[in-house]
Amino acid sequence: MITKRIIPCLDVKDGRVVKGVNFEKLKEVASPVGLAKYYSECGADELVFYDITASAEGRKLFTDILTETAKSVFIPLTVGGGIREISDFERVLSCGADKVSVNSGAIANRALIGAAAKKYGDQCVVISADIKRVRGAFHVFAKGGREDTGMEAIEWISRCVGEGAGEVVVNSMDTDGVKGGFDLELLQAVCAAVDVPVIASGGAGKTEDFVRLFREIPKVDAGLAASVFHFGEIAIPDLKRSLKEQGVNVRL
Amino acid sequence: MIAIIDYGVGNLFSVCASLKKIGAEAVVTSDKDVIERADKLILPGVGAFADAMAKLKKTGLDKVVKAQAEKGKYIMGICLGMQMLFEKSYEYGEHEGLGLLKGSVVPMKGVIDGELKIPHIGWNALRFEKPHFLFKYIKNGDCVYFVHSYYATDCQDSVIATAEYDKHLTAAVAKDNVLGCQFHPEKSGEVGLNMLKAFCEAENYAASGEVKA
Repeated sequence: MITKRIIPCLDVKDGRVVKGVNFEKLKEVASPVGLAKYYSECGADELVFYDITASAEGRKLFTDILTETAKSVFIPLTVGGGIREISDFERVLSCGADKVSVNSGAIANRALIGAAAKKYGDQCVVISADIKRVRGAFHVFAKGGREDTGMEAIEWISRCVGEGAGEVVVNSMDTDGVKGGFDLELLQAVCAAVDVPVIASGGAGKTEDFVRLFREIPKVDAGLAASVFHFGEIAIPDLKRSLKEQGVNVRL
Repeated sequence: MIAIIDYGVGNLFSVCASLKKIGAEAVVTSDKDVIERADKLILPGVGAFADAMAKLKKTGLDKVVKAQAEKGKYIMGICLGMQMLFEKSYEYGEHEGLGLLKGSVVPMKGVIDGELKIPHIGWNALRFEKPHFLFKYIKNGDCVYFVHSYYATDCQDSVIATAEYDKHLTAAVAKDNVLGCQFHPEKSGEVGLNMLKAFCEAENYAASGEVKA
């Protein structure tokens, strides 16, 4: 049977990997190409590269890094950050990305997901949503979590999937950076609403958090994290062995 | 030299990079002469069957590829490229394929357990159905990366590996010099690279897949 995926996420700014805690206080870790190779050798099932630069120079630096990575790492690569139009899909796919993740771009341009899915196939289009509880409701946030769109998250995700998004990354802003475990309540709600793969993001602090994620929500396909992997708090080989021992099907 | 057939479909960057990584000489080409000169061919493909076949025909490369395969040149189809090796596909209608392998491509929808997600996407274990030289450097049970919503069926004796996703889905096929894999070896880490390495060494093996004496 299909295995559960473990996905390290690399936030890249000006050619370096950074990771925010609750999206602030960015802290540098390492070279993206080196880190990507390392993760691939450790048994990561996929990598996400998130471009958090805004400048054109930064963007060029990012695609250079992506090209370098795709020449030496042979696992699926998903790219996000700054994807606003179809030409952005082309830009990263031609550098070796396999999937493209859209977040704010899909909010600003409602036709983007449909157009991209038609051109590159559903499997290529990932909707990534930053979600936070506001007065008891799940709201979608835009611009790296700085702006409340007021949109109800489950409706938004369902709509994106209906338009052709082939995969969903659910990033809980309430649990992100806190290392207290994934947002199981939110993930349960998303999994009940869509039938495409769901990737859980935000909140992983220890191995048990992944075990709990996959055991309590069997419909979740993958767990994504950044700092716990980058700082060696969780080693991917150990994580996968623990998951296997506890009955979660993973690739060893 | 290995020719990766470029007919305007999908991303050939990783296929080419993976072959270079294992030390093979590879070119992405739509040039008939280059294809005819190549030792081996790779037919990649993503997207919809009808669209990809139409593009292949439009370039005239369908006839070139077919003629080369019929002459005995090793060819490996990857993902949709594998599906195109078959007689036909029932993806949105009924469409003719290259017909290099017996069988047809059908939707998973309605066939596999409705609880399972379609596409079949992610890493799944290979189950070897018969010995083959492509498996020289990999083990039964090794995981590879799949992304597909349709699968090959009625393949007669060409199935050499399957993957379990409710049913045993066709994962790799081989009939003499015509080979194919539903998964993406260029995205399957070391296992995928090792399978490509065996493909690169194909001339060292008899058509039956046995190691030549």
